[in-house]
Amino acid sequence: MFINNFTRSLLALSLLTITSLVYADTTLVAVASDFTKPMTEIASAFEKATGHSAKLSFGSSGKAFAQIQSDAPFEVYLSASEKYPLELEKSGHAVPNSHFVYAIGKLVLWSATPGYVDNQGEILQTGNFKHIALADPAHAPYGVVAEDVMKSLGVLDKLRPLFVMGENISQTFQFVSTGNAELGFVAFAQVIDINTGKIGSGSGWIIPDNLHGPFNQTAVLLKKGAENPAALALVDFLKSPTALAIIEKYGFGLTK
Amino acid sequence: MLSPADIETLLLTFKVASIATALMLLIGTPLAWWLARTRSAWKGIINAVVALPLVLPPTVLGFYLLVLMGPAGAVGKFTSWLGLGTLPFTFTGLVIASVLYSMPFVVQPLQASFASIGEQPLEAAATLRASPLDTFFSVIIPLAKPGFLTASILGFAHTVGEFGVVLMVGGNIPGKTRVVSVQIYNHVEALEYSEAHWLAGCLLLFSFTVLIILYTVLKTHPVAHQLK
Repeated sequence: MFINNFTRSLLALSLLTITSLVYADTTLVAVASDFTKPMTEIASAFEKATGHSAKLSFGSSGKAFAQIQSDAPFEVYLSASEKYPLELEKSGHAVPNSHFVYAIGKLVLWSATPGYVDNQGEILQTGNFKHIALADPAHAPYGVVAEDVMKSLGVLDKLRPLFVMGENISQTFQFVSTGNAELGFVAFAQVIDINTGKIGSGSGWIIPDNLHGPFNQTAVLLKKGAENPAALALVDFLKSPTALAIIEKYGFGLTK
Repeated sequence: MLSPADIETLLLTFKVASIATALMLLIGTPLAWWLARTRSAWKGIINAVVALPLVLPPTVLGFYLLVLMGPAGAVGKFTSWLGLGTLPFTFTGLVIASVLYSMPFVVQPLQASFASIGEQPLEAAATLRASPLDTFFSVIIPLAKPGFLTASILGFAHTVGEFGVVLMVGGNIPGKTRVVSVQIYNHVEALEYSEAHWLAGCLLLFSFTVLIILYTVLKTHPVAHQLK
């Protein structure tokens, strides 16, 4: 089929224009799966406020970390832990000293059954359950703090044989919400009713921070985003009052 | 090198795959026989149901199983009523999920080889007054031997390689539901790349050997079987 030169160059030109427009305004962000809901809302507020857009890719922090090390095209990385962003700064995949704590994770012992989990977590000592779900402590930040809590309460060895482990916090929630595990350690963000700020369904215990190590959800600007105005703007926006209000609404803590 | 925990996952994987393969042959043989011979209107529907796991994402199958076998699901209510408790996070649950997941890899080669036997050997057996059971064991099984071998090897290998379904219903319990594919995933997630390499290398070698056997020793073509 014949396409004349004029049409062809016009087509090429328009494609170039479109792609350059897209690249100027869009940033690709890797987001820890527990931060799915707040980040979706933050991204739309970000688009309204700045005109830039943020494309979000949700998944476990460890997976995103491995992908970034293999030169994935992410520009900003919101990890559920502090470890991975620091590691990326060291390996040269992130801009040095660009990491910051964007939220403090909050852990909840939760059951889909109303009245099952008391608000002191006594059930861990006395409960007669067959399975307790947590995210895999080998790589998931929520699993690490869940283990800390059981250690603090002196029930870790007793409960270990009852562990069922989700590969990330979303899957852990699935185990508990389908009732296959009677209870489990999930993210407050997963069970919060954002209208009341309390646990929306089932029963749960919001675990005090002093029962586990620090849970600093840390973000970092990646090398690939260092020159992109949209990536830089998003990093700033995450520290803005608008974003902080959204983060708090979804049941995360803020740095003091 | 392989750690004791890695070896445990390998042994568990082979145990799941062996039991699942035995069950699939047991259930799959009569099913494939019926599918190969029937003129029933149901044939198309049953064929589609058996083939479903080939096209369905394993996470879909895993999610449905988690819900169905859970305490609120129909299967879960039934197993609880029987006094067996619920199946997710158990070895039995894992075997059942594997059977559903790998069934097409057993049924389809069997169906193809049963269909290729044709009427003649059966009529000959009938004239010699062989009972249907006798015919099955002394005529059909020997004639369909390559089909049985292909079915066993493919069913076994496919179960060894399953990941998505196990992840959804297994709960990653060491010695009970943590199979090798999940262990590799854990190693990668925990950034233990050299451990991941060792296990992944073992699986690659295993899968390659299986396919070599299929293509050279048995001279079958698994894909061709499935397309028939």
